[in-house]
Parts: sequence; structure tokens; C-alpha cells
Amino acid sequence: MTTVTTTTTPAAPAPAGPADGEERQVRRRRRLSPGRRLPAARMLGPVLVLLLWAAASAAGLLDPGAIPAPWTVLETGARLWTEGTLADDILTSLRRAGTGFALGLTAGIVLALAAGLSRAGEALIDGSVQLNRAVPTLGLIPLFILWLGIGETFKVAIIAIVVYIPIYLNTHAALSGIDHRFVELAEVQGLSRPAFVRQVVVPGALPGFFVGLRLGVTGSWLGLVVLEQINATSGLGYMMFQAQNYGQTDVILVGLVVYGVFGLVSDTLVRLIERRVLSWRRTLSS
Amino acid sequence: MAPHAEQLTRPAVRLRGLTRSFAGRTVLDGIDLDLPAGQFTALLGHSGSGKSTLLRAVAGIDHGVAGGGTLTAPERVSVVFQDSRLLPWRRVLPNVLLGAAGGDAEERGRAALAEVGLGGRERAWPSELSGGEAQRAALARSLVREPELLLADEPFGALDALTRIRMHGLLRRLWERHRPCVLLVTHDVDEAIVLADRVLVLDRGRIGLDLAIDRPHPRSYRDPLLGEYRERLLTALGVTEDPA
Repeated sequence: MTTVTTTTTPAAPAPAGPADGEERQVRRRRRLSPGRRLPAARMLGPVLVLLLWAAASAAGLLDPGAIPAPWTVLETGARLWTEGTLADDILTSLRRAGTGFALGLTAGIVLALAAGLSRAGEALIDGSVQLNRAVPTLGLIPLFILWLGIGETFKVAIIAIVVYIPIYLNTHAALSGIDHRFVELAEVQGLSRPAFVRQVVVPGALPGFFVGLRLGVTGSWLGLVVLEQINATSGLGYMMFQAQNYGQTDVILVGLVVYGVFGLVSDTLVRLIERRVLSWRRTLSS
Repeated sequence: MAPHAEQLTRPAVRLRGLTRSFAGRTVLDGIDLDLPAGQFTALLGHSGSGKSTLLRAVAGIDHGVAGGGTLTAPERVSVVFQDSRLLPWRRVLPNVLLGAAGGDAEERGRAALAEVGLGGRERAWPSELSGGEAQRAALARSLVREPELLLADEPFGALDALTRIRMHGLLRRLWERHRPCVLLVTHDVDEAIVLADRVLVLDRGRIGLDLAIDRPHPRSYRDPLLGEYRERLLTALGVTEDPA
């Protein structure tokens, strides 16, 4: 980028002032910010990668055993959907992640509210959660298998823990970081405690909650993948694990694509909700 | 121009031996003060003289500050802060209605917004308001409660000079219409003289000067007679004109 387009306003006939030196027309300075965003910029990179992949496959540059062509992956996906168990596997995985996520979300919100709104709650809850956070949740898997058996319960429990921690941490931080000036204002305006919580504390904590929510959503997929590949007899991860044993790269790629779609759709959904709920924030950035 | 006599007989605010201290440093050192209902009083002082401490004590929001003395204030008190403190997640009208009760609250909120010249901006977000507009919304919020006592802590301190002058006129007009007892904390001598009928100077934790400003309203900043008051207040504040 060497060309700099400057749209200088057509200078009114150069001011014939008492020029004791030479006069210079004002040139706009070189812009240091990256400038305007390209249209559909987010999708540009992925599309390019896809095109390269397709081109390389068509040219025979890629070993189909290691990286099958995009259309092979699509065909396999369609075949697994109509003839195989892909639909069932997806449902199983979604149920696991969904149940775990719902539990984690509820626990995260309830605990954050209890810890953020009362000193007793904070004393009881916050330390425990911080301790819980220090132990990597996936390290709890052996213990949970012994406690809950190798069925669905333990998988859901692990996902719930992975989800609740970021939601709790961010929501609690936002609740306790509420601007002191707003607390004072609520006192002056004579708000009752429930009204204060509803009208000042909760709306003020929502941005933090959404940060936690997005981390939680990502966490639920991460937990799902790990759990399904270690010890499962159904679900997407199991399908991919089986495919690994039989050397079916295309099936593994189908699984990855589905995971990717899960992640993308859920993240977009959360972002849409966030935009609606936090619409007051948009006025700041626009 | 004096407020109704029968109003003046009943003090809205009464302080007796009010003390406040921070970490052993005495800020308010036994203040005795009566503010009659409906009187417009300004409180002057250096920064750190305890003006805000006094205001916050009267407002009842000085939690955890050590001190004693007795303090009576009316039921309905409003506070205007230096920053507008509009909740960024509420539009202007809901902000003005924060804590307002009653079925006609919304009506009063709209009326208050119209009074401060923000009619039609009910649905704006606080971030869309200029500094002066935000402060006018804060004034509207304080009016909705129909306060008997209006406490203002340097409410115009963050505004530019031109906006400040316009806000002075607005505040005085609102006072004339609603007649609350006003305690305006400021460090601006001219602001105090132009707006208030009584100016107090806080000095070393006590009321160092209690001066009635007996001039008709609206007052002009150019009124030469106000110069005498300015001199006396500046002297009380320990500001002496440098002869050089």
C-alpha cells in the first residue's frame, strides 16, 4: 500500500495573506490506522484456504489418504447421514453438550449471584470456586468415572464444570466490580435492595457475564471432544475415534466439520443475543 | 425576592456539632448550621476543605466515615453529582425515573425533562448526550422526586464555561419554580455569588464566613456591586490579589 488517496477540499483560491514565508497547502497526514474494513473480511481467509485445498486436491498434490479432497469429505458426510449413524451421533453429542452447558450455566449464574450479592455467600463460595479453578477440570475425569460410572452422567458433569467456571468468574468479577458511583446514586435515589440489584447491579454485570458465556460455550465443545474421544460408545467423538482405527481420514474430517459448525453456530448465536441485550453499548463503538 | 416568610421559619437542615474525620485527620470540626426551607445556599471552600464531606454527610451517604454530632434533614432529598451518573444501560427517561414511585411517575419524568429543555430526548442513550445535556438529565432526575432539599456537589465543575453559564440560569429558574432548599457546593466564587442568596465559606473544618448576598436576580457576572462580595469571599478563602 503505497498510494495514499487524499481528498483535500478544493482549496479556495490560495489565501493571499501576508505571506512572509512560502505557503504550503495542507496535505492530509499519512493514515496510521489500517483504514476501512474490507467487505465480508472475516470469511475471506477461510474461503481462500478452502480454494487452495480444492485446487491442490484436484492437481493431485495431496495424498488422498492423509487429506482427502473437499468433495470426498462432503460425499462421506452425505453417505454417513443417509446410511450411517451420523444423525444419531450428532444428536447424542448435542444432548451431552447441551445438558452439561445448561447445568453449568445455571450453576455459574446462581453461584455468582450468591457470591456477588452477599458477604456470607462470597466467603462460602468464592474461595471454593477459585480452588476448583486451580485444578484442571479434565484432570478430574478418572475420579468422576469412579464416582459416577462411565455413562452419560459423568460426561455431563465434567462439561458442566468446564462451563460453570468461566461463567462464574466473569459474572462474579462484574458483579463485585460494579461502579461505586452507581451504588451511591441508587442510595440517593432511595432504591430498595431488590430494585438496586435488578436495575443497577444485574445490567451492569451483563457485559462480564457475556464474556463468561462465550468462554463457557467454547468450553462445552472442548469438554465434549475430549470426553467423547477418551471413553464413549456413541457420539461424534466416538465416530472419529473409530475412523482413526480404520484409517478413514474423510470420516474424521466430517466429524471436525460438524464440530466446527457447532462452534460457529453457537458462538454466532451468543453474539447475536449479546448484541440485542447490550444494545446500549453499540452506541459507544459506532 | 426573599422566599416566603413562613417557609423560612422552619429549618430544612439543622447541623449541631457535626464532626467528621478521615484516618484521624479532622475534616469537619463541630459545625453548627441551619438551612431554612427554600433557601439557596452555596458552600465555598478550597479543595480538601471538607465541602463534599459536609454534603455527603447531609445526604447520608458517608458510610464508614468517623464522626459525631446531630443532623436533621427533610424526607425528600435529591443529590446532583459532578458527573451526571446516568446509567449507561438505560435510556434517558428511565434514567430520570430511577427510584421514582407512583403511577404518575412517567408523566412527572417527561415534565421534568421538558423543564430542563430535554423534551424529545426521552429515548436517547446517555452516551448520545453532550456533557451539558447529561447534567440537565441529572437535574431532571433530581426534580422528579420533588425534593425539599437539593444537594449539588460541584454540579457544573466538569462543564465548559459557556455551558456552565447557561446551566446557572437553568438551575436558578428551577429553584424559583420549585423552591427546594438548595445546598450548592462549589469552588467557583462567581458561581456562588451569581446563584446563591447565602454563601458559606468552609475553613479548617468550620464555617468561616456566612454571607447573605442581597442582590436581585437574575444577576449579571458584570454587576460591579457583586465585586464587593467577591472581595470578601476571596479574602475569607485566603486569596489575596498579587499587587505585581
